[in-house]
Amino acid sequence: MPILSPDKLQSSYDVVIVGSGAGGGQTAYTLTMEGVKVLMLEAGRSFDVQSEVAMLQWPSQAPLRAERTPDKQYGFHDCSIHSGWEIPGEPYTNAHEDPGNQFKWWRQRMMGGRTNHWGRISLRNGPLDFKPRTHWSLGFDWPLSYDDLAPYYDKVEMLVGVFGTNEGIENSPDSSPGVLLPAPKLRVGELYAQKHGPKAGARIVSIHRAVLTQPQDAANLPAKLHPGNVKAQRILADSMRTRAPCFWATDCHRGCAIRANYDSQTVHLRPALQTGNLDILPNAMAREVTVDKTGKATGVTFIDKTTGREGHVRGRAVVLAASSMESVRLLLNSKSNLFPDGLANSSGKVGKYITDSVSSSLGAHIPAFEGMPIHNEDGAGGPHAYVPWTRTQQNRLGELGFPGGYHLEFTSGRQMPNLNVVSGLESRAGSETVLFGANLRKEARRFYGAQLGFGAQGTMLPNEDCYAELDPVLKDQWGIPVLRFHWKWSDFELNQVRHQQDHIRDLLEALGGKVQPKTEVDPRTAIRQGGTVIHEVGGAIMGHDPAQSVTNQWSQAWDVKNLFLADGAPFASTADKNPTLTIMALAWRMADHLLSELKQQNL
Amino acid sequence: MPLSDPLPRISRRVSLQWMLGAAATLATANRDASLHAADPSPIAKGYGPDPSMVTLYKPGDVWPLTLTEPQRRTTHALCDLILPADESSPSASSLGVPDFLDEWISSPYPGQAADRSLILDGLQWIDEESTRRFGKPFAALSLEQQESICQDLAPLKPAPEFKGAAIFFKRFRDLTAGGYYTTPEGSKTLGYVGNLPLASFDGPPLEALKHVGLA
Repeated sequence: MPILSPDKLQSSYDVVIVGSGAGGGQTAYTLTMEGVKVLMLEAGRSFDVQSEVAMLQWPSQAPLRAERTPDKQYGFHDCSIHSGWEIPGEPYTNAHEDPGNQFKWWRQRMMGGRTNHWGRISLRNGPLDFKPRTHWSLGFDWPLSYDDLAPYYDKVEMLVGVFGTNEGIENSPDSSPGVLLPAPKLRVGELYAQKHGPKAGARIVSIHRAVLTQPQDAANLPAKLHPGNVKAQRILADSMRTRAPCFWATDCHRGCAIRANYDSQTVHLRPALQTGNLDILPNAMAREVTVDKTGKATGVTFIDKTTGREGHVRGRAVVLAASSMESVRLLLNSKSNLFPDGLANSSGKVGKYITDSVSSSLGAHIPAFEGMPIHNEDGAGGPHAYVPWTRTQQNRLGELGFPGGYHLEFTSGRQMPNLNVVSGLESRAGSETVLFGANLRKEARRFYGAQLGFGAQGTMLPNEDCYAELDPVLKDQWGIPVLRFHWKWSDFELNQVRHQQDHIRDLLEALGGKVQPKTEVDPRTAIRQGGTVIHEVGGAIMGHDPAQSVTNQWSQAWDVKNLFLADGAPFASTADKNPTLTIMALAWRMADHLLSELKQQNL
Repeated sequence: MPLSDPLPRISRRVSLQWMLGAAATLATANRDASLHAADPSPIAKGYGPDPSMVTLYKPGDVWPLTLTEPQRRTTHALCDLILPADESSPSASSLGVPDFLDEWISSPYPGQAADRSLILDGLQWIDEESTRRFGKPFAALSLEQQESICQDLAPLKPAPEFKGAAIFFKRFRDLTAGGYYTTPEGSKTLGYVGNLPLASFDGPPLEALKHVGLA
């Protein structure tokens, strides 16, 4: 019985992990494959990916044509339950009233966490991304380099299954030979942009996404990932054989019943449970990390949401992977005589240096796409191509006014229509009347799929104005103090967004696009609000100096040697890459270190 | 206990067969909405934060529909004026769009509240206007008579006396078209041919590449 109720818990475990998403999943996988006894606490309920995700349902088969509601904030068929920006009974606050100085926090209370809902975009951070202080004299250098993490990127990509191509682009690293799965063919809009994008300085290449484009190599990968561990190899091979490759339909955000894409349960928790070394306690809201007289972590106090009762579980080590801000909250709420300001917070840096992807978007009608011959381009349930950052040299010379860079993601194509499919039709068709009847049919068909948009996701280096603390008054429905956020964009982010908007406009115009609005947009209104990209990281950053950071390069708390972080909290900055792949690579590396410390009795 | 299931070995062929079976089931699922017009429910509730995502719903399943019979007749007529059947496409009403509109304006969520008053007022206006002009409610008019009213509402810059009703007409059209094109049958008339499991993804066909000058 690996998924438990509180009365079935063992008296003690080797390691207690809080959270079942990318970081918690990877940690549990790595540890249990090596025989470590692990308990995982998950605040949400169990969720069966195979039977509960909506794969081929049409919008007309859901209430309100599957449009967003306060109950399903990304739409009815999106793979998120008990999730949202606002969750009843679980508030958070912002210190400032101006939306531009607010942070929005997405929580996902379900088994597998946010890995159920994401675009599966899996880009590696590059060498420069780990050393912003060295290269741009800003932010903090991470206490590890790309070369330290590269082997773990390879391992995660082989385990998870990531398609893509190696393009030799500076700071957008290639994978080792044989690691990536074949990239799918590009769609017509992506090919068109690939041909005409260079006029605007945009190079379009295959994106990397965690979707199987062919069966995983169950005969060879397990031995590469678990050399000398026959049991782990067998379990992993079995797990890989249960995964079907993509069948080229449905949006990955719906989840994947045939296990073609990555989510934590599909890739990490299934094999981890097969080892017999993992227990999972769902509906357990972690409240506090407990410590002994010597200042070592002893376990986690939690609230069983099914009964409201408090419980405690003991572990030789504790790993927080509750999502970066939830882990911050746990640390700040773990106060004791030894740690009056919260656990692992002797530096005062817990909650500080939150970053998120710097993002804005712009779209256009592309006349060349009008009247496109009908064809199916669902593909791999998300983008096949992207625009990597290729202006590193310009940036190195300080010509751009911001550090780092950004990549562009496509929103294009003949996707499954949604309720707003005819919005803007009159303006595109040049009609002075609302179209109906035969004219509506004709023009809707002509302009369907003729929109193309790009969303930018860019570097954010930490600043002193983006942080979280405990709200002095407010508590959630369990009586746990909630977070209060502070947020302020620096000129670097606003400069970057200005550049994003100009570049996307140039790119769309190079494709013949008619961009709306015609005038330049104020970067303060174009920038997506803090937190809304759902890439927030930091809050317990890693560093070289215990006085300036919360963890060492192993995501191990400076103050509490048997306490580790496995989510985005230790990130010392946000790169122009999506964070999930790096969360997993860091978690695997952390778990290897934890294993060796356990073996050497150092904890 | 989903995670503790013994691991089934799904071959690609079996999984495709399974999904194609599921697709066929979805395509033939009962789409008849209940046609009764219930009284407005003051305590209508949403589906909550954890609804079954795989269930096939139809309007009225989660909260009661609230249009009266006369309102439904007008809705039905206006939907079919916006998207009538033609030689290759079904009409809006035959795809259940009036039921969707009823579901939409009966929604317990705040996002649809403004549409509820806009549409109920608009339906009343259009019946009154029909009666004023032709002595009968909208649904009882000839197609030409219905069109003559809608022609007055369609201009993006309508005459002053039609300004309010034109806002209703535009929104009603958007919801009707959106409700239509989000059905399996309606999406095909738009040119969407996906949501179909395939053994391979072959990229764009030659004629699509030619269309944009790539071949």
